[in-house]
Amino acid sequence: MSAATPSAAHGLYSDVIRERWRRPRHRGDLPGANAVAEDVNPLCGDRVRIMLAIEPEGRIAEARFVGDSCAICTASADVLADLIGGRSRDEAMALEVADVLGVLQAEIRPTRMRCVTLPFSVLAKALGVAPATGHPRPAPGSRAPLQ
Amino acid sequence: MRLDEQTRPDFPILQRIVNGHPLVYFDSGASSQKPRAVLEAMNHYYERSHANVHRSIHTLGEEATELYELARDSVQRFIGAASREEVVFTRGTTDGLGLIAETIGRTLAKGDEIVVTELEHHSNLIPWQLVARDRGAVLKAVPVLRDGTLDLDAFDRLLTRRTRVVAFAHVSNVLGTITPVTEIVRRARAVNALTVVDGAQAAPHLRLDMSSLECDFYVFSAHKMLGPTGIGVLYGRRAVLDSLEPGRGGSEMIKEVWIDHAQWNDLPWRFEPGTPPIAEAVGLSAGIEYLEKLGMDRVAEHERALTRQTLEGLARLPGVTVYGPPLPAERGAVVSFAVDGLHPHDVAALLDGEGIAVRAGHHCAMPLMRRLGVVGTSRATFSVFNSPDEVSLLLATVAGLRSAL
Repeated sequence: MSAATPSAAHGLYSDVIRERWRRPRHRGDLPGANAVAEDVNPLCGDRVRIMLAIEPEGRIAEARFVGDSCAICTASADVLADLIGGRSRDEAMALEVADVLGVLQAEIRPTRMRCVTLPFSVLAKALGVAPATGHPRPAPGSRAPLQ
Repeated sequence: MRLDEQTRPDFPILQRIVNGHPLVYFDSGASSQKPRAVLEAMNHYYERSHANVHRSIHTLGEEATELYELARDSVQRFIGAASREEVVFTRGTTDGLGLIAETIGRTLAKGDEIVVTELEHHSNLIPWQLVARDRGAVLKAVPVLRDGTLDLDAFDRLLTRRTRVVAFAHVSNVLGTITPVTEIVRRARAVNALTVVDGAQAAPHLRLDMSSLECDFYVFSAHKMLGPTGIGVLYGRRAVLDSLEPGRGGSEMIKEVWIDHAQWNDLPWRFEPGTPPIAEAVGLSAGIEYLEKLGMDRVAEHERALTRQTLEGLARLPGVTVYGPPLPAERGAVVSFAVDGLHPHDVAALLDGEGIAVRAGHHCAMPLMRRLGVVGTSRATFSVFNSPDEVSLLLATVAGLRSAL
């Protein structure tokens, strides 16, 4: 058999995901963060910590993240940090998984949807609006069909 | 003829094309594929003989009961148990370990001690945590050494006269480590502790003989050894099983019942409440017969060769880390590895893109992951139908992964 170069997974790993995985824009500590939360994906053990610098009037001045996470989760966290920077808490909370999926431009399978949603639950925790446990379910229609 | 050349035509699922490539299934450690003989035996049972077992006074009930009890005889022979009374059917390894933990748990007192190891699957850890919490018992863990073996000196120090149970895996589902069962049993017995062995990763791959292992309990699943999901086996040494009150109640496990008490059934039914997984027992039996026809020594030799080929091949790849006891140590049919700069889930997804199924993540062994200092690993596991060519394809594909993302 000949040496193979993985290619069929390219639909999953879009250019955006590859780029965000190799060079995340918002990865790293945020000294002076005043809202911090962390959570784990029980399926894989991935861990994401989101740090927010929130101004007194409620605008998110900056968001950064660290963690042990796969390419999809990392890309999701990075895009989410992009989207919430400069927004109000309410605007940040109104973001949906579909907004991040729209940026990622990837065919995320149901088994990997949790990788995308983990940063959302961490963000909700950081903003103090999340339930103590559990992850938000992806919005209806945002799941790729079962194959 | 090589074992895989003989067996591959028997596994219909190997005809699958996955993501444009022929399926290469390296995830039998999670759940193996099934030969046609298992599927046909279950189908035949449902089409010809299905009824409830034991109390059905009609022809089908008798046939179902006979098939169910014949399956018990198959298991007894396969694992070298002294008698069929020692073979209890469960719903799987997790169920069997939970059942025995609850059952032994009822006999524990505050301050009694339970010893597990750091390489346990959560299924052989959490039930003991629950028992320890309920009974005020103390839970201790034997550390894993850098080479992936158990620290037996530390084990000796953990054993005290309060040690009541020692529960450990025969083969690590992450590292492939084969633990020295007879030695651990000997030391546990010296302090009068019961031994519970998680054989989920051993039963499909090694010739088992309960009379030489001498453990008190041995637990495994059918679905990792070519059989169906939903059934497993709890082997228990007769004298010990006989001394235990049933952990769970219901029909089947009683002889006579009054409102406020009951008389327990004989072994092994005392530990089998409710309608058992009958078709699954038929399937398990067919799987065992299939393995016995191949010969477990030949199965072990084939999988050992695939494991060695994988370990040697991965060791030659730059940027790839392999976990577990290094060669020439004997190992189970399990190889865990990591690729520099890639998350294990991405490794698995990229391999899946080539039709290669491996497992990735913490493998339900988070304390071991913590000990290894990783979030997870990628893991290839082998069965009778895997070929050296498939391993070569895995190695070539892993070699190209670092540039893939």
